[in-house]
Amino acid sequence: MPSVQELPKEHEGTRVISLAQAVNEALAEELRRDPAVFVIGEDVAEAGTPFKVFAGLVEEFGTERVIDSPISEAGITGLGLGAAMTGLRPVVDIMFGDFLTLVMDQLANQAAKIHYMSGGRLKAPLTVRTTLGATRRSAAQHSQSLHAWVAHVPGLKVALPSTPYDAKGLLKSAIRDDNPVVVFEDKMMFQTKGRVPEDEYTIPFGVADVKRAGEDVTLVATSSMVYVALDAAQLLEQDGVSAEVVDPRTLVPLDRETLVASARKTGRVIVVDEGHRSYGASAELAAVISELAFYDLDAPVLRLAALDVPVPFSPVLEDETVPTPERVAEAAQTLVRGGDPWA
Amino acid sequence: MATTAETTGEVTAELGLRMYAQMTRIRAFEEQVNELYRAAKMPGLAHLYIGEEAVAVGVCEALRQEDYITSTHRGHGHCLAKGAEIERMFCELLGKEAGYCRGKGGSMHIADHENNNLGANAIVAGSAGIATGAAFSAKTRGTDQVAVCFFGEGALGQGLLYEVMNLASLMSLPVIYACENNLYNEYTHYAETTAGDITARAAAFAIPDEEVDGQDVRAVYAAATAAVARARSGGGPTFLLLNTYRFHGHHVGDVDRAYYRSKEDEERWRRERDPISLLGAWLREQGVEGEALDRIESEARAEVAAGVEAALAAPFPDPAEVDEDVYA
Repeated sequence: MPSVQELPKEHEGTRVISLAQAVNEALAEELRRDPAVFVIGEDVAEAGTPFKVFAGLVEEFGTERVIDSPISEAGITGLGLGAAMTGLRPVVDIMFGDFLTLVMDQLANQAAKIHYMSGGRLKAPLTVRTTLGATRRSAAQHSQSLHAWVAHVPGLKVALPSTPYDAKGLLKSAIRDDNPVVVFEDKMMFQTKGRVPEDEYTIPFGVADVKRAGEDVTLVATSSMVYVALDAAQLLEQDGVSAEVVDPRTLVPLDRETLVASARKTGRVIVVDEGHRSYGASAELAAVISELAFYDLDAPVLRLAALDVPVPFSPVLEDETVPTPERVAEAAQTLVRGGDPWA
Repeated sequence: MATTAETTGEVTAELGLRMYAQMTRIRAFEEQVNELYRAAKMPGLAHLYIGEEAVAVGVCEALRQEDYITSTHRGHGHCLAKGAEIERMFCELLGKEAGYCRGKGGSMHIADHENNNLGANAIVAGSAGIATGAAFSAKTRGTDQVAVCFFGEGALGQGLLYEVMNLASLMSLPVIYACENNLYNEYTHYAETTAGDITARAAAFAIPDEEVDGQDVRAVYAAATAAVARARSGGGPTFLLLNTYRFHGHHVGDVDRAYYRSKEDEERWRRERDPISLLGAWLREQGVEGEALDRIESEARAEVAAGVEAALAAPFPDPAEVDEDVYA
């Protein structure tokens, strides 16, 4: 997961590149465009990150703008915040999303609140780039999807790109945003390929993208779950069920209109997200749709998310914890047939 | 803010008089805050800086307006010493629209962007990253600004401080870690919570340190001036250990405190180690008339009285502002 996907959406003047290359291009372009931008993180310079996403950046921009840091997640986030409040636009790289737990005071108590607490007089244009996603056989402390933790705190924005195109456009928007933004990339997607324009572009926050149009059921999917949903849609198509796949792209701000419009059209919705099911992003998305589209729904909104267990190491166990195309398709069939999803 | 004697660190009678005025303003402000609490005119609580005035004033007089500070929950003194206006501070403490943060921050979160006060912080080491980042920013942008991180000795218990001290030393950042040891982590004597030497923590990161009598504003100013000069000239961070004493409780409601320190101790500090009295005595030795000091004090009290009166009469924010400023 995910397989190389040709996106249904065509872009003019495009090449096919990997998500890692797209992220790299976004950073390089913003570093070139704005001298206030810098990158700091563990092994971001010489090593170019463990996933080699930043390869070549330090050679072009030097060690003063692409900075290898100590293993001090809270420290570099705090440093980034102070720099953001005083004229710079830092990109703080947190190698694994699990390490956000070490950063939460600086994110939730400090960065999220400084604009509000100062009555709008200070601002923090800080970008935190990190990962989510299981199935890398990395066990419980390198596999979590903690985007709901961040999305719960007012003052933070949250982006969840699923394609190289979205990853580049959303990261560039994050860096230019005057608010703290956390960008989560699924660590299993770095080699995922997709079409990306040669020309400069950004993607505005709060604009969902319909990755596949359909009539019978809506699959709202985030990050790598978009590919799970697209694969499920192909399975469903073989059985004559037309599935629409909607990718919110940002959780905060959330494009409620596009989600609700799709729900009203199909009358059936499954939310697919890799965070834990309980109190997770899938719960919020399902609640928004249930509240706003209730009278147009033919079935309860379902959540397919990570099991409420720590991510186990053994592959046979780990694969049980995440949504799969087969499980999504099966749930969709049940809804379409009017069956009991809890049976 | 410093205009003269920036390099020598020596306090002239003229500078001493300005410091005396600032310290008495802080004292009068804080006494008024206590009265507001006792009269139930102020929402919430406040942490008084009374007894520690020489620290904020001695450090901030060594700074320029464009230099940065970060502050603590006990931050009114830092804010005033960095140049804030009394009336707007009272407005913030009372949750009024005209406050520094339009009533959204309150006592523990006052920020004054006009004087580059990046804000008080209710997490004890919470601003250490912000101050260090501001210093990084100054260095990156090629200014000669410095950043001062004020924190209490209670913050020595939080790891963030050590993460950023390590970074500041590695990067040679123009930041001054100003540790105010007022002896108490809330209701617990610091000796019960703090192993080893405090300044050894700085030495471990190869950060120069200086231990200073925080009741002697001239000593604080001299040490701060040297630290600022080091930072401005690219010499990197400094750790100042400023030994002081909190005359009041942890917050305005901490009245019955005999279980953690004696009345006799408090009275002895007030009698022998009051930073304003110590500075006043020195100024008189320099030939300043007692009347001049009295005049400064009554001016401070008049400014505070006018400020609180205006703030009490000032309007609250429109409730519709509650969801403004969540995002820029």
